[in-house]
Amino acid sequence: MLRKIRITLALVCLVLITLLFLDFTGTLHAWLGWLAKIQFLPAVLAMNAGVVAGLILLTLLFGRIYCSVICPLGVFQDVVSHISDMRKKKKYRFAYSPALSWLRYGLLAVFVIALVAGVGSFVALLAPYSSYGRIVQNLFAPVWQWGNNLLAYFAERAESYTFYRTEVWIRSLPTFIVAAVTFAIVTVLAWRGGRTYCNTVCPVGTVLGFLSRYSRFRITIDTRKCNTCHLCEKQCKASCIDASGHRIDYSRCVACMDCLETCTHGAIRYISVSKAKNEKSVREKPSVDKGRRGFLTGAGLLLGTAALKAQEKTVDGGLAVILDKKVPERKTPIVPPGAGSLQHLRQHCTGCQLCVSVCPNGVLRPSSDLGSLMQPESSYERGYCRPECVKCGEVCPAGAIGKISEAEKSSIQIGHAVWVKENCLPVTEGVSCGNCARHCPSGAITMVPMDAEDPASPLIPAVNESRCIGCGACENLCPSRPFSAIYVEGHLVHQTL
Amino acid sequence: MNRRQFLARLGAGAAVTSAALAGCRPKGGAISGSGDGEIPTDKMTYRTNPRTGDKVSILGYGCMRWPTVNNGSARDNNDAIDQEEVNRLVDYAIEHGVNYFDTSPAYCKGRSEHVTGIALSRHPRNKYFIATKLSNFAPSTWSREASIAMYRNSLKELQTDYIDYMLLHAIGMGNNGMKEFEARYLDNGILDFLMAERKAGRIRNLGFSYHGDIAVFERALAEHDKYQWDFVQIQLNYLDWKHAKEINPRNTDAEYLYGELAKRGIPAVIMEPLLGGRLSKVHDHVAARLKQREPEKSVASWAFRFAGSFPGVLTVLSGMTYMEHLQDNLRSYTPLKPLTEEEMRFLFDTADLMMQYPTVPCNDCKYCMPCPYGIDIPGILLHYNKCVNEGNLPESRQAENYRKARRAFLVGYDRSVPRLRQADHCIGCNRCTHHCPQNIRIPQELQRINQFAEYLKQGLDLAPAIQKTK
Repeated sequence: MLRKIRITLALVCLVLITLLFLDFTGTLHAWLGWLAKIQFLPAVLAMNAGVVAGLILLTLLFGRIYCSVICPLGVFQDVVSHISDMRKKKKYRFAYSPALSWLRYGLLAVFVIALVAGVGSFVALLAPYSSYGRIVQNLFAPVWQWGNNLLAYFAERAESYTFYRTEVWIRSLPTFIVAAVTFAIVTVLAWRGGRTYCNTVCPVGTVLGFLSRYSRFRITIDTRKCNTCHLCEKQCKASCIDASGHRIDYSRCVACMDCLETCTHGAIRYISVSKAKNEKSVREKPSVDKGRRGFLTGAGLLLGTAALKAQEKTVDGGLAVILDKKVPERKTPIVPPGAGSLQHLRQHCTGCQLCVSVCPNGVLRPSSDLGSLMQPESSYERGYCRPECVKCGEVCPAGAIGKISEAEKSSIQIGHAVWVKENCLPVTEGVSCGNCARHCPSGAITMVPMDAEDPASPLIPAVNESRCIGCGACENLCPSRPFSAIYVEGHLVHQTL
Repeated sequence: MNRRQFLARLGAGAAVTSAALAGCRPKGGAISGSGDGEIPTDKMTYRTNPRTGDKVSILGYGCMRWPTVNNGSARDNNDAIDQEEVNRLVDYAIEHGVNYFDTSPAYCKGRSEHVTGIALSRHPRNKYFIATKLSNFAPSTWSREASIAMYRNSLKELQTDYIDYMLLHAIGMGNNGMKEFEARYLDNGILDFLMAERKAGRIRNLGFSYHGDIAVFERALAEHDKYQWDFVQIQLNYLDWKHAKEINPRNTDAEYLYGELAKRGIPAVIMEPLLGGRLSKVHDHVAARLKQREPEKSVASWAFRFAGSFPGVLTVLSGMTYMEHLQDNLRSYTPLKPLTEEEMRFLFDTADLMMQYPTVPCNDCKYCMPCPYGIDIPGILLHYNKCVNEGNLPESRQAENYRKARRAFLVGYDRSVPRLRQADHCIGCNRCTHHCPQNIRIPQELQRINQFAEYLKQGLDLAPAIQKTK
């Protein structure tokens, strides 16, 4: 019964969180956003004391319920492991292996140091919820969107506006590769060894594992009833049951309850410590695992991978060819309003890609820089940060992008526009333009004659930096291609005008 | 999109067709014969050209929209033209009495004359009249040699040694209509050359088609004694009859144009009887109004009957891509039942009603394209018109259908026009404006439509954006 409850809740959580990442229309996060906010690491980074305390309490009471129900990466591994189970003669494929504590705690230590030092990319690499978010955003979302586009294709032919097309594109190649490699490693590890990743690599697993040693309720083997058949050990995906010694490594037990139903003698129960005080005390031994090395080498390689932008284009007969815009070289990256400052985002973001998934304007994409890998940054080749949209702040579970109102957004300066004379069409081609000024939502651009003496000379944009909020409307709508004649330079600290 | 709407429009007619084929004639056939499946082959209405005695069918075949192998129109894309289908259409048209075929070296991206020549040359030369034009629009073809070469090439492509109806193409169009008229036809002696060709019998009728600057039209008619125009091609339909100037101050009401021709006894050839499809794709209210009067006739049939009702009209041109277009138009004209005075008034009232909807008078002729900055100008304007006609242009946030209309406008916008080609990318360089035969102030219209889209996206009050720019 406990197992069935666990499976039901876990699947519900997994499906809902997956939907949260797949939904590009921005309608679901209003209902499901809380699922992201109860994730451990985002809650820690958001300094959401209530959630953190709640999760710690949950673990101290019932063990690592978080890992087997709430964490999407954990449940995802259970799904993979379950499929692996269904192969012939593979139902009882696990065996007890001692924990490799030095690796677990070593990684945790490095992780904490990275967290404190603000090396966001390393934090993002290991954070389990974020890893899952990246996998969904990079690998599952395109399939979902293609499906949507197919429906939109039919809807269009049926004169229905229920579905609309969405653009499928790789936002950052390094992040895509990180997601693909994480997916491959996690899947292989889960296929072969169940919860190996959770009990060897995952820093959240290590922290909660440490707490769950002292959990009130726990799996307990009744040595009087146990005939040492090893079924529970062979069934344990955490490899934490030493059936010969009737010992359980509680730091690795994820409270999945599988063993309860496996035991044919009723020797395993999920009971409180006090009730089980007659049971034998438990010791633990380190364990070895091979997968972690592969993961770390793979991840290391990725950090060095150069960025390549995916390009897609369709050209029609009667229309002029439009060159794709290229990303200008910005001295300071642009981060969305609500982030407050680059520093704040760097220190709080776990790189889960929820904001990237939900950005309707193609502005946010994961950074490809080593120090901020996978954390969001803005660029305006496909769209600009539109005045009516504050979605990224609404969805961010880690408080890296704060929630702001549309009115607040209109006065937050995230950067300023810079004019590039040699690209500006009035200068190069002598045509009248002024599209930047026409679309500037804050009225920061005035068109002035290039030659102050000659009012008939071509009109060029004059940017009043004190009014510019850095939304990128000018950059996005500038007719000069591939490089705009006006682009936004980011600010380290966002000011309110 | 085009075809589907057309087919939907014809849906009723098609149902009746199949019923008739099955041998059970529908009741209420008394209303008129045009809903019937059978199209008679011997009932076509003919008009006599007073100058040559030609008996010209009231339906003229416009050859600017031949079908392509991918079931599109060759005007819109570069796909190969479906010659076999063209042959079928031409055969069907001739079989049902159509004998006037109007082409130009510019149509179908320069491929129309060739294709039309192939299809027509399969019939005896005395069964049909060929109309083509001297389409020397590009300054590079303004020279006498280039223009004459264009004329000779028309003869070759059309596989004939004489042209029945030769036109100076679209005089009055351009930034400076008068100057271009002079440069294209007068200064280089081409008009004299064509008159000599007429004398020699290689051109049987000489005329011109007119768009734009009224001074050019008036000048050409003032010199009628000198040039002896055999016919003139004008834009005429029940919207342009009284409202052309209202739609755009640079245009002239068809009432005046037709009147000037009738005064001089010059036969009129009618183009744009449907106003580029705007009189077949009308607002739902207008469609309902027309259908209520004649439930078994298409919306378009009203426009064809209108154009044909004027006695001075020699033929009414329609660019028919699909067999269904041809059949529907044949139904209107075999024979033509001229509008009664009461029906005429009804149509003018309809025109007044249509004027209340803020559509942009774009005929999708694509003369403005390609925009150097990649904007899909007709795509944007037609999407806007579609939303107007379907009632998806909410007047305020409080409007009852605001949410639904907003979604239809914005989602439909992205569907019709890729984002990179939408109105917000228009920089207002104005290079398109003087190419527009309807004299639409394109940048202003695009910026207005963009403002409307922007207001919808931001959920702002719509009142300022919905006003039509005059």
